[in-house]
Amino acid sequence: MQAVLWSVLKLLIVLTFILLNAMLLIWLERKVSAWIQLRLGPMRVGRPQGWAQSIADVLKLLFKEDIVPSRVDKVLFVLGPIIAFMPALMVWAVIPFGPNFVSADLNIGVLYIAAIGSIGLMSIFTGGWGSNNKWSLISAMRSAAQLFSYEVPLVLALIGVVMLAGSLSLTDIIRAQQETAWYILYQPLGFLVFLIAGIAEVNRTPFDLSEAESELVAGWHVEYSGLRWAMYFLAEYGNLLALSALAATLFLGGWTAPFGLDFIPPFVWFLLKTYLFVFVAMWIRWTFPRVRIDQLMDLSWKFLIPVALLNIALTGIGITIFS
Amino acid sequence: MEGFFDVGLYLILGAAFPLIAVGFAALLRPSNPDPDKLSIYECGVDPYGDARVRFHIRYYIFALMFVIFDVETVFMYPWAALFKDLGAFALVEMLIFIGLLVLALIYAWKERVLRWI
Repeated sequence: MQAVLWSVLKLLIVLTFILLNAMLLIWLERKVSAWIQLRLGPMRVGRPQGWAQSIADVLKLLFKEDIVPSRVDKVLFVLGPIIAFMPALMVWAVIPFGPNFVSADLNIGVLYIAAIGSIGLMSIFTGGWGSNNKWSLISAMRSAAQLFSYEVPLVLALIGVVMLAGSLSLTDIIRAQQETAWYILYQPLGFLVFLIAGIAEVNRTPFDLSEAESELVAGWHVEYSGLRWAMYFLAEYGNLLALSALAATLFLGGWTAPFGLDFIPPFVWFLLKTYLFVFVAMWIRWTFPRVRIDQLMDLSWKFLIPVALLNIALTGIGITIFS
Repeated sequence: MEGFFDVGLYLILGAAFPLIAVGFAALLRPSNPDPDKLSIYECGVDPYGDARVRFHIRYYIFALMFVIFDVETVFMYPWAALFKDLGAFALVEMLIFIGLLVLALIYAWKERVLRWI
């Protein structure tokens, strides 16, 4: 009974963590974009620096009318946001926040993340198809093609890490890095492929062809409003945060402290490393223009997949020679 | 199977949270539907026809390519997790497997499957 309560408590802590961080990320995104474009960004709601902007946004969304257009497929339309939020939360089950804080240290952790991560596509397609809107459907088809293509290099890039650690459990991978060194040093190619494919998987510029405001209005969530729309948005930022946390865990040693700086608690290190990747993702988003769809497919199939396969071969040869 | 109980809890809350949130908002938000508001957005004009039309075959071809490659990646995971215990023989085997994958990719490339027109 106590174990069950502890599980539920952990789950609620993780949920709160995601909700708070998603709000923080939305504010941060606007501040970083403003900073890169020499603007001020939100300044009025909450001083200093408009910190309460996201709270105001949530309240606004809460009081918005929920419009379900008359010609949509109601079942799919309602299911879309739910399927979007589920994987965004479920990924966090295996991510270790600290040495003693992980909900489920599955022995197939990496595979679990790869499996759960690809469910996000279903939500985009469900919403896009259910909306019965031309923009939404084009967006859903595009994002299906995009996520198909980038799922493969993402999953291939993780194999190098698994080979080095000899385990699929995320906690074991962190322990293995503690004994040797951060895997970004052993896996520079794998890290590069992971970063590019990961940014494509969370649909961010320069790979936001499915959202593309300037051509598809907003993509698959054109017809959504109020909290249903907010669920898609929450899932998007939840996924960005999960991707960053995953990059920090697999390539930067997760919660372990570098250079013997042990007096700073593990959770703080986890947050610092995660936010480093969040910042890099935002930096990329506000610096690069959107790629064309043929360039997008070429990058995945003709560059990332061969490089990822080469990385696996090199890692295998390297381990065999040096061990 | 340890840990899957927690994953089940995540699954349940993941489905319940959006329902609770939307249900809670239903108590607060206004609801004044009218036919124009409930029409599909199409840049302001009346929607023309149904959105679900035929799509180009290239999406299907890429989906096929994805299925082939994704299944093959899953084969690599057990090998990667046990690689250190298996030694050089397993490496040669996997290099042959990767070589076949690359051959298939080159073939698809030459056959212009990977071209997005």
